[in-house]
Amino acid sequence: MAEPIVHIDHLNSWYGQGKDRKQVLRDVSLDLAPGEVLGVVGESGSGKSTLAKCVLGMVTDTTGTLQVNSRRPQMVFQDPYGSLNPAKTVGWILEEPLRAAGVKDKAERRQKVADFLPLVGLEEEHLSRKPAQLSGGQRQRVAIAAALIQGSKLIVLDEPVSALDVTLQAQILRLLADLKEELGLSYLFISHDLAVVYQLCDRVAVMTAGEVVEEGNVDTLYDHPRHPYTKKLLDASLALD
Amino acid sequence: MGTHRNWYLTIGMTLTALMLIYMVVGFFWTPYVPSAISAADRGAKPSIKHLFGCDSMGRDIFSRTLEGAGTTLTIALAVLAVGAVCGLVIGALCGYYGGPVDALVMRLCDAVAAFPSVLLALVVLAVTGPGKYNVIGALGVLFIPSFARLVRGEFLKYRDRDFVQSARLMGVSDLRVIFVHILPNTWPVLLSGLAIGFNNAVLAEASMSYLGIGVNPTEPSLGYMLKDAQGVFFTLPWCTIFPAAVVILLILGVGLVGEGVRERMGVAS
Repeated sequence: MAEPIVHIDHLNSWYGQGKDRKQVLRDVSLDLAPGEVLGVVGESGSGKSTLAKCVLGMVTDTTGTLQVNSRRPQMVFQDPYGSLNPAKTVGWILEEPLRAAGVKDKAERRQKVADFLPLVGLEEEHLSRKPAQLSGGQRQRVAIAAALIQGSKLIVLDEPVSALDVTLQAQILRLLADLKEELGLSYLFISHDLAVVYQLCDRVAVMTAGEVVEEGNVDTLYDHPRHPYTKKLLDASLALD
Repeated sequence: MGTHRNWYLTIGMTLTALMLIYMVVGFFWTPYVPSAISAADRGAKPSIKHLFGCDSMGRDIFSRTLEGAGTTLTIALAVLAVGAVCGLVIGALCGYYGGPVDALVMRLCDAVAAFPSVLLALVVLAVTGPGKYNVIGALGVLFIPSFARLVRGEFLKYRDRDFVQSARLMGVSDLRVIFVHILPNTWPVLLSGLAIGFNNAVLAEASMSYLGIGVNPTEPSLGYMLKDAQGVFFTLPWCTIFPAAVVILLILGVGLVGEGVRERMGVAS
């Protein structure tokens, strides 16, 4: 196996300080191989978002091993209404990651943004609009483009489609799958929606109370869940379908 | 936006524009020399020759309000500039970083804001003496806390938003996040704050000059004119009415603009 892009070994993490310090991750061990999509499922409070924040370097109160072999991993947020700066145009929002990466030449940035638009299914005309003038799906496309445009190979997807309606979900999931192939990306996919995870992920880790209770290939795990919590999650999602 | 017309903004903008023209004109042209005394025109009623009449010394009120409004405007804008710029920087940094320094600075602001600002300015001016720059300095510093608190509140609201986190992940520097990413989102609130601040500055300048500790008597300001007119309120009422009308119209106009901005913001969000 190639060297993993994320290597997590016996990771513990805490939240808060002093008396309120609470352990949110307990002895988590996971690997993410290049080009792989690893789903992390669990209900809210299971520690899956904290795990994502650890990978992004946003949580520092940790023990154990955490290796991220990618420059500046980026994140696509759940709510495309909150993840785009309401005061700026789409063009500005897409150029900003390049500015932050030190691309000083304006024409070069413009060109790079223009090259990126067709990849995420946006048009030149969208560049002059503010986020409020776009639909939810278009906003999420902008957010995805902004996360990818620096050339990061590791992308954390935090419930990227759960704020969208079902037809849009399918479109965005297909877009994410295509982009992964085209640009050679690896995803850490955080979700509570097992159906969505099934569509996009290669492997799944099931988390509850800060622990990974089961981990494995998507098909194996869905067909033969071993841990009772996984069974419970699967039953709950099947009951809804 | 929408079919509904924002009358506050329309009327406010018109009124403010007119008053600004009035003040700017005063810098360049007045029908008479504002301080020129004319014995023949002492206490003259408003007429074609003297639009707003003359005061008890025969000085043309119209010319004096033109010049006085300019003085008042300059002081108000300078006070606003000092208060808003310092308040903005302090509020932005405190709101964004939080922590013990924020708590300390905010308590300091509370302490300053606990005194009526005109009263504190009186104390400062009693020590430093009257004069344009002392007024600007004293009032400017006293205007910092309200702006700081306003801006801080806005930054508290935005600092944990996803787009701010996203910018940080992209490696955008803190200062750029503060002033380029967050600040533009606070303009609507800031603008109505500036309108209120401007009005308070005009009033504070006028009341301090009225109390005789504002600008020097050689530079007429609206407040100083009102003080002058006090003794002849019943015999020469135009000495009071016209300078007061200029203050009222100016404050009304800017106040309406502030209200209009807030209304538009409320409709938009």
